[in-house]
Amino acid sequence: MLKYTLIPLLPLLSFIINILFGRNFIKDKAHWLAVPAVFGSFVLAVSAFMDVQSGNVININIYNWIVSGNFNVTIGFLIDQLTAIMLIVVTSISTLIFIYSIGYMHGDSGYYRFFSYLSLFVFSMLILVMSNNFLLLYFGWEAVGLCSYFLIGFWFHKKSAADAGKKAFIVNRFGDFGFGLGVILVFLTFGSLEYLQVFGKANSVIGQTINIFGYNLDLITVICLLLFCGAIGKSAQMPLHVWLPDAMEGPTPVSALIHAATMVTAGVFMVARCNPLFSLSHTAMNTVAVVGGITAIFAATIGLVQNDIKRVIAYSTVSQLGYMFLALGVGAYSAGIFHLYTHAYFKALLFLGSGSVIHALHDEQNMQKMGGLKKHMPITYWVFILATLSITGIPGFAGFFSKDEILYRAYLGGEVGKGLWMLATVAALLTAFYSWRLIFLTFHGKFRGPHEQEHHLHESPKVITVPLMLLAVGAVAAGWVGIPPLLMEHGDKIGEFLAPVLGHPHGEGSHSEEMMVMGMSVLVALAGWYIAYKMYVRNPELPQKVGAKFKPVYNLLYNKYYIDELYNRIFVQPTLKFSDKVILGFFDKSIIEGVVNGVPNLIGVFSSKFRKIQTGLLSNYGLVMAAGALAIIGYMLFLR
Amino acid sequence: MVPLSWYIILSALTFSIGVFGFLARRNLIIVFLSIELMLNSVNISLIAFSHYLQSMRGQMLVFFIITVAAAEAAIGLAILIAFYKNNPTIKVDEINLLKG
Amino acid sequence: MSMPQVFFAYFAVTMVTLSVLVVTRRNPVHSVLWMLILFVHIAGLYLFLNAEFLAAVQIIIYAGAILVLFLFVIMLLNLRKEETEKRFQKQWPFSVVAGIVFAIFLVLIVKNIAVLAPLGPYTAETMKSEGHMMTVGTVLYTEFLLPFEIASLVLLVAIIGAVVLAKKRIE
Repeated sequence: MLKYTLIPLLPLLSFIINILFGRNFIKDKAHWLAVPAVFGSFVLAVSAFMDVQSGNVININIYNWIVSGNFNVTIGFLIDQLTAIMLIVVTSISTLIFIYSIGYMHGDSGYYRFFSYLSLFVFSMLILVMSNNFLLLYFGWEAVGLCSYFLIGFWFHKKSAADAGKKAFIVNRFGDFGFGLGVILVFLTFGSLEYLQVFGKANSVIGQTINIFGYNLDLITVICLLLFCGAIGKSAQMPLHVWLPDAMEGPTPVSALIHAATMVTAGVFMVARCNPLFSLSHTAMNTVAVVGGITAIFAATIGLVQNDIKRVIAYSTVSQLGYMFLALGVGAYSAGIFHLYTHAYFKALLFLGSGSVIHALHDEQNMQKMGGLKKHMPITYWVFILATLSITGIPGFAGFFSKDEILYRAYLGGEVGKGLWMLATVAALLTAFYSWRLIFLTFHGKFRGPHEQEHHLHESPKVITVPLMLLAVGAVAAGWVGIPPLLMEHGDKIGEFLAPVLGHPHGEGSHSEEMMVMGMSVLVALAGWYIAYKMYVRNPELPQKVGAKFKPVYNLLYNKYYIDELYNRIFVQPTLKFSDKVILGFFDKSIIEGVVNGVPNLIGVFSSKFRKIQTGLLSNYGLVMAAGALAIIGYMLFLR
Repeated sequence: MVPLSWYIILSALTFSIGVFGFLARRNLIIVFLSIELMLNSVNISLIAFSHYLQSMRGQMLVFFIITVAAAEAAIGLAILIAFYKNNPTIKVDEINLLKG
Repeated sequence: MSMPQVFFAYFAVTMVTLSVLVVTRRNPVHSVLWMLILFVHIAGLYLFLNAEFLAAVQIIIYAGAILVLFLFVIMLLNLRKEETEKRFQKQWPFSVVAGIVFAIFLVLIVKNIAVLAPLGPYTAETMKSEGHMMTVGTVLYTEFLLPFEIASLVLLVAIIGAVVLAKKRIE
């Protein structure tokens, strides 16, 4: 029991000590505590994984958090197969990124702050995945959002970073509001917040309806859609995806850990965790699938034309998250989690690799000013190649297995699924194209930056490259636990492992169909590489020509479909105007200030009269006291 | 034999004179003396009760009152000296630092 | 009028007179000296009431210690000009009324006072046979042990407090 409690507690301890003593005492030694703490969590997580693998599902309550009538919430952990996988993903990647940060953040004035926030984040994320009830999940959910805010705005003196932090927090508010309502509705419906009790009663509410604004809606669908609102916000799906690319203002390790590998996948985890509820609502499932599929292709198209290296990867993250939701939506929960797991490794690798490049170029993020880095940074180049092979789905690499599983499951998913499969395949083509475009622009050709900078180009130190190489191993090999049965008997170990929680995906296709889907995905991966190669290596002028020829489309994509501008026009400006005119101008100035100033003025008027009583003379007070004593004695003597 | 009520009346009279002194005098030292006078008049009635009830309680109470009175006189006079150093007057009606 | 009553009458008249003198003298030194005589009379009254120990304490502590302290303080303060100024405050008529009303009320209380059985064991005879100091000591160190200890603490605080307060110089 202590072992499982220690998993989140170690990072929390590191946070507390670093935040309290970091400024004056620990300073640039913050990693001495943070790295061992998170590594300790990793070791314990592996041990917990072993326990689960040997067939134990751990469900422990540690503390009675809220006891109020029939509303009982405990702080408790549920460690089943799903949580075990998440624990491994979160702690292993955190450990590598912590080590990487030692090199990347070296010399930053907020070094201790960085490690304390990062530790707090790991704690919150572990609470999120380990909780055994919805409220603790919600706590972790909000806490990771808070840490995300801290870390996006880590360089808060830069206005764009501070704004990006606020944007992430506020956009997430929209989703989390729905999520909060969902949790409340879960309690109202089931009378409990504990997963096992809720899921156990899930079947009993089929067909019940709830009246909202005069419409009778299916209860379980409403619950699922509200919960999914939270997932849309946290996992940056359409239409709340706008915060994630801006979140790249944070330090690169943060982008890798929070905005690629772990926090943004919380939505996927949550939907998978609630699969007994989602499975009961056809509408909710289709919504999840459609949102996922559309986000996948939508984000991929934006990624085609972006020039900021981290933004390209950010849009790629949004797109890959779309894949995961697509998988969840067609009922292939284990495929979604499998992709979450492989994606964490290769996407963290891409981000850390780009961080290594940015580090070498002294915070230059524009790919148009890079190029030819291959010979200067060989290790970074090769791990980048491995990660790209993985994300584009080249057979043998991690991304291939998980992506292929998703595409195949989508293909089997009926009418909707077939359409989404086509979207996803096109998205895979686009993914391959922009991933290779990134490589070619960054590492091939000639260096396009300032001339004097070229002499200073160098490979990053070992503390950065070693985590990269370890992650590269993950990016290559992580998929080998999920080889489809077509290629190897009993190869899909992760699917089998997760089956007790997530069930088996329904629907079986013929071998030829599976071959066809697999062939298609390999084909588009190669086609993406070929087009990128043609455009950026063979004919470097071609992109400009294409851009000029399709100017409107290019502009549309380059400006991210003008969604930020749209939101600005529809939501932000009216809110600002309303607050300025009505809330500040009328409500604040007249009503609040009227009350706030009026009460003291009234008191002032009275006190200026009454204070005359207070003469400050001892004898006056004595006389009044004597009068009081006499009154009491007189009452006792005569009136009683 | 002297009745108990005589003692009480004597105590009441001296107490009232103490009250008058406390409320009327300007000199802070005499105000203090008036307080001592009131304490002593209470002591008289306590000892009278003690005698007529054939109990030791009243005498014990007087013993403690004398203790506290001694402490009070020491502290009060120390405060008076400290005050006088700061503000050379001991006239009660000129001391109104707490005037509102 | 029996003999004790005559004695009591003397004491009562003298004490009231002395009290009036204490609160009305212009010079505080005179007040303190009248107070000294008053305390001696109070001690005498205590002897009537079977309280020899307290009579001694009254003389030693009140007359010997507290009043001497008062005299010291009067000497420390330079009060020459006080003697020429007004004795009473502006509110003195109210003070007279308050004092008189107090006296009337307290005298009126007397008729409500009665000594009811059971009476305690400490009659004049038992005390005399056992010895007055013995009786007081026994009660003080058994029944009133804790208050006795607390009283010592109060005195300690008073000593330290008086030193700290009088020592402090305010610029």
